[in-house]
This record gives sequence, C-alpha cells and structure tokens, in this order.
Amino acid sequence: MADTTTDQQPTSKTAIWNDPKFRSIAFQVIAGIAIVWFFWVIFNNTLTNMEKRGITTGFAFLDSTSGYSILMSLIDYDSTQTYGRTFLVGLTNTILISVLGIFFATIVGFIMGIARLSNNWLISKVATVYVETLRNVPLLLQILFWYNAVLASLPQPRASYAMGDYIFLNKRGLYVPAPVPEAGFNLVVVAFVVAIVGVIVMTRWARKRQEDTGQQFPTFMAGLGLLVGLPGVIFLIMGMPMSLDYPSLQGFNFRGGVPVIPELMALLWALTFYTATFIAEIVRAGILGVSHGQSEAAHALGLRNGPTLRLVVIPQAMRIIIPPLTSQYLNLAKNSSLATAIGYPDLVAVFMGTTLNQTGQAVEIVGMTMAVYLVMSLVISGFMNWFNKRMALVER
Amino acid sequence: MKRALTLATGVAAATVFATSAYAGTLQDVQKRGMLSCGVSTGLPGFSELDTHGKMTGLDADTCRAVAAAVLGDANKVSFKPLTAKERFTALQSGEIDMLSRNTTWTHTRDTSLGLNFAGVNYYDGQGFMVKKALGVKSAKDLSGATICLQAGTTTELNVSDYFREHGMKYTLVAVETSAASRSAFDSGRCDVLTSDQSQLYSLRTKMDNPANVVVLPEIISKEPLGPVVRQGDDQWFNIVKWTLFAQVNAEEMGITSANADAAKMSTNPGKKRVVGTEGDAGAKLGLSADWAYNTIKQVGNYGEMFERNVGLKTPLAIARGKNALWNKGGLQYAPPIR
Repeated sequence: MADTTTDQQPTSKTAIWNDPKFRSIAFQVIAGIAIVWFFWVIFNNTLTNMEKRGITTGFAFLDSTSGYSILMSLIDYDSTQTYGRTFLVGLTNTILISVLGIFFATIVGFIMGIARLSNNWLISKVATVYVETLRNVPLLLQILFWYNAVLASLPQPRASYAMGDYIFLNKRGLYVPAPVPEAGFNLVVVAFVVAIVGVIVMTRWARKRQEDTGQQFPTFMAGLGLLVGLPGVIFLIMGMPMSLDYPSLQGFNFRGGVPVIPELMALLWALTFYTATFIAEIVRAGILGVSHGQSEAAHALGLRNGPTLRLVVIPQAMRIIIPPLTSQYLNLAKNSSLATAIGYPDLVAVFMGTTLNQTGQAVEIVGMTMAVYLVMSLVISGFMNWFNKRMALVER
Repeated sequence: MKRALTLATGVAAATVFATSAYAGTLQDVQKRGMLSCGVSTGLPGFSELDTHGKMTGLDADTCRAVAAAVLGDANKVSFKPLTAKERFTALQSGEIDMLSRNTTWTHTRDTSLGLNFAGVNYYDGQGFMVKKALGVKSAKDLSGATICLQAGTTTELNVSDYFREHGMKYTLVAVETSAASRSAFDSGRCDVLTSDQSQLYSLRTKMDNPANVVVLPEIISKEPLGPVVRQGDDQWFNIVKWTLFAQVNAEEMGITSANADAAKMSTNPGKKRVVGTEGDAGAKLGLSADWAYNTIKQVGNYGEMFERNVGLKTPLAIARGKNALWNKGGLQYAPPIR
C-alpha cells in the first residue's frame, strides 16, 4: 500500500540520466532525430547528385504538355493536356480495375467458398478443382493467358459477334450502347437518392418495430421495390428522358457506344478468378470456424436453414473472414499493377511508364506512384478495419 | 511489379551511390576489363541474340567498336538488354557505361536527363505498317484506325502530333516491348503498327506472314539514332563519339577490316593518322595509338557494319539511303582526325 508521498522521495535524489521516464523520452527523441537526419541526408544527397549530373528535378513537369494519347480514360483526356493529367488518368484506371476486381472477386469467392462446403458432391468437387488450379498458377501467366486467349478467339471488327444491332464483340473490345441522359433526367437521379434515404429510414424503423413488438417486416422486398419503383415511375412520368448511343462500324472500327477494351476484360478476368480462389478458402475457413453447436442450437429454436445461415452462422463467420479478406483486397489492388504486361493503361503503365520515359524524372514519378499505392492500401485497410469493428462480437 | 522493382532499385542506387559512377568511366572500364553496354531486348538487325547466343546487330557492333578502341578486344562487352522504359535510368545510375539501343536524339533527352548523345549511327524516320488486305495506300487514309506501338518512345509523341495535325481520330495501344507490339499487330489487335522505319523492316522479318504486310510511304519524323553516355564525363564522351567518327572516316578513306594492316604502311598520311602510325590521336583520347585500328580491324568501318547487319544482303534489306556517306548522297559525315 504505497502512497504518493513515498513515491516522490527517491525521484528527487536520483540523477536525471538515471530517471527511467527521462531516459525513455530522451532515447525516443534521439532516435527520432537520427531518423529525420537519415532521410534528410538521402533526400539532400539525391538532389545534389542529380543537379551535379544535369538531371532536371522538381515537379514542374506536371504542368507541361504530355503530347501522347492513352488507350482508355475515364476522365476527359487528349494529347494536348498535361503530364499531371496523365497521372489522374492512370490513377482512375487503377481505381477502376481495383474496385471492379474487388467487387467480382468477392462475389465469386463467396459463392465458391460456400459451394466447396456443399453436400452436393458435384458442386463441391467443381469448386475444389477451381480453387486448387487457379490458386497455384502465377497471376502474371494467367493475365497473359487470358489476354492471348481473348485476342486469339475473338473475330476482326468487320466480322464481329453481334447481339442484335446493339452489342458487338470483337478483338478491339466489347461495344455496348451508351446511355445519353436528356433534359429531365436529373429528377430520376434525385428520385433514386430519395429512394436510398427511404430504404435506410425504413430499415431502422423495421428493426425497431421488431425489437419492440416481435413483428417482422419484409424489408428486402420493400426496399427493392422502393429502389426500382420510385426512379422508374419518375422516369416514365418525365417521358423517358434518355436515349441510347449505339455503336456502329465506321471505317476501321466501331464508333459510339461504350467500348470495353480487351486489356480490361483480360485483366479483370484474371484478377477476379485468381483472388477469388483465396477468398473462397477464407470463406470456407470462416464458416468451418463456427462451431456446429451453433447451427444445432438455431435449428432447435426452430429456425430454418436459410435464417440459420444468415442470422447465426454468417455473422459469426464474418469475424473470422474479414481480417484475411482485407489482405486479399490489398493484394488485388497492388496486383493490378501487372496491367503493364498487357498494355492496360493503369498508373504504372501510363505514369511510371510513358510519362517517366518522356520526362526522365524517375525519382519524383516513382515516389508519387509509391505514395498512391500506399494511400490506396491504407484507405482499403482503414475501411475494412472499421467494418471489422462493426462486425466484431459485442459481449453483453 | 518486377520491372518496377528494378526501376526503383536503380533509382535508389542512382541516388545513394551516385558519386562513385560520376566520372572516370574510362578507368572503370579498363579496371573491369569489360565494357557494359545497354542494348534492346531483341530487335533484328540492331541488337538481337543469334542462334549461337551471340549478340548481333548495328547497335551491338557500335558497343564492340568502343570495346575494341578502349580494351583492344571487341569481344569484351557485356550486353545488358533493356526495355525502352528502363534504358535511361540504367545509364544514369551507372549500371551501364554506354547505351546503344536505337535511341532517338531529342532536345529533351539531351538537355534534361543528364545524358549526352555521342553521334548518329543510323538516320531513321517513323513510318507505318499495315496489312495489305486493308487496302490502305497512304497514312492519310488511317483516320479511325487502332495503332500499336512500343510505350515510352518518341514514336508515341510523333503519332499523336501527326494525327492531330491532320485532324484524324485514332486509338493507341501502347505495349511494353517491340516484340509485344508486333504480336499485337499480328493477332489483329490493331490495324497499324508504327515505329522507326528500320524497326518496321526488322519486325517484319518476324511476322507470321511477312508478305501480307506493307510499309506505307510516309515518313512522319526525324529519328537520328545513336549511342548515349552520361553527362559530365567528357573524356568518355569523346571516346565514344570519335570511335564512331573513326569508323565513318575509315569508310570514306577506304580502310576496311581486310586492308587495315596495309593502311599502316600507306603513303596517305590521313590513313596513317586513323590507324595510328602517325600523329597522337589515341593519346589525346587517353587510349593506345592503335585504338581506331583495333576498331576497324575487329569490327570494320561504318559501311561494313551497316551492310553486315541491316544491308541489302540481310533479311532486313535496307538500302544505305540517308545513311550513305555525305559524298554519296547521304548524311554520314565525320570531322577529320588530325
């Protein structure tokens, strides 16, 4: 039972360098200074050496005209714009492939993970073969395989596979009609936003009602109806304010519509099916990690198979699934840089490739590119940590 | 990702260990007994491994010429195959002593990369290649076409300028290597393959069916290709520059690998200065007196080098054209050795 007065006595007599508190702070400060000094020396050394050798440094190149075109851009871009803009084009293309890849890999992965646990012999074996094959072939090979397979099997533009007069598939890509909004379409967008807000409010209300009275409300069906119905009705009332821009063959290629380039298709295909194998295993592990007693207890309470999986097994499995799932999402985002092998214009191919080569400013460009991947990974992992916390077991 | 890693390592090495590779390339090469020379990853006629695993081509021979002048042995070269994107970083970081990789001499590259172009070993221009079946006769008919090319080259900039100037639309597919651009063109991913004309002839030899393609007449740019060295080492710059000049001078004077020994005893003082039996041209470069003799004896003069690798008797079948000597209607002109 030491009280505060006895604690203070020895401190006053100890020399300052023997005080553990002072020492720990001092060492941290020294370590901090050493690290800052180390990086400052590297930074300074780099600048001095590059200047000495007549290599241009700095970020002024971002404002000069790029002078080259890019195969695919989500934002407005042509060769009269700046190198800074090429950075944004590459960045948006990288984000596009990462988001699409994560979306599809999650769906395929969950389906395959559950399929592997199926009681149906055929389904579970198909899933096993899929996982064990694609998981064990290097991703780069898969990307090149799909790219060459896509290019080899598709026809020339003039002999395209066509679905009616609207959708065309050939070596240059998949051409689908582009929606062109007309006057009044804004209201449809507004209706859609209102519907989303409505669904959120309704879900909260339904949960509260169930907690209070035990009565259930068909949230899913009502929500779907609201999301589709409300914008749909407005769309009809406004006299269908949208037209479609159909692709058509003009000269060498198709013009109009939305082209999906074969590089994107091959890369998305490879990334999705490769990452999905790992997600499938994670899902399987998560489900197997929930004790069988849990489903037996749920059955004993009278829950059917569907609600047992949805309300008892999956919520507990999610706690096991999410942390490794995060790693897979991070891998997918970083693996998307393999795009450069087949010419999909992602950040590495465009900015760290062509822009670097045209300007020669390797240090700045490699630094910026690394920073982008770092930030992207931190955002994904931050989001997944937040999601994990929400899903974590709350003990009462 | 591996490539990015190599690049990043190169950059890191360039920055941390910069000073060691800054000057004294000649001493480094002599100490090592080996010239480290950057070439392409495979371009017939310029730098490509033959069936015996030997690097052959005009660019490879330009490396050998320097090795012969500096080390007295044309075979003391270690070739480093580089993609278009890696080449400048490799030179800047000191990984290679010189770059001889069909590289176009441009203002930006000469002034802002810390590099010096040591001459022109091939005068080239950018052209277009299409499949005969398309029935295209001129580059002006290419509006709306999909074009394949190698990423990170001057080609990318020229094609954009050309189409913009003529108000034509196009789609650009930029791939990593020239071999990949050829296979993309071959497989029908694009209608047009564009590159320096010499490269088009070179890539054509590798096509599934070379007779089915045609090179269009238009040349849309100037592409002087030549060896490159680091800026700031004037002695090394002079050596690479004058080795090439010596080969051009030798051709002009009629000195060949066959008669180089006879030139030593020649009555013509100009010839004697080239092969080192008169004057001190070698000493002024910090080399032995027989520097140019070694180059000519072992690699040949410029004309021999050209004919052997890309000339009419090779699969590329390129005429001398602009690469003929200045007194034969071409552009190859070397200052005198005196």
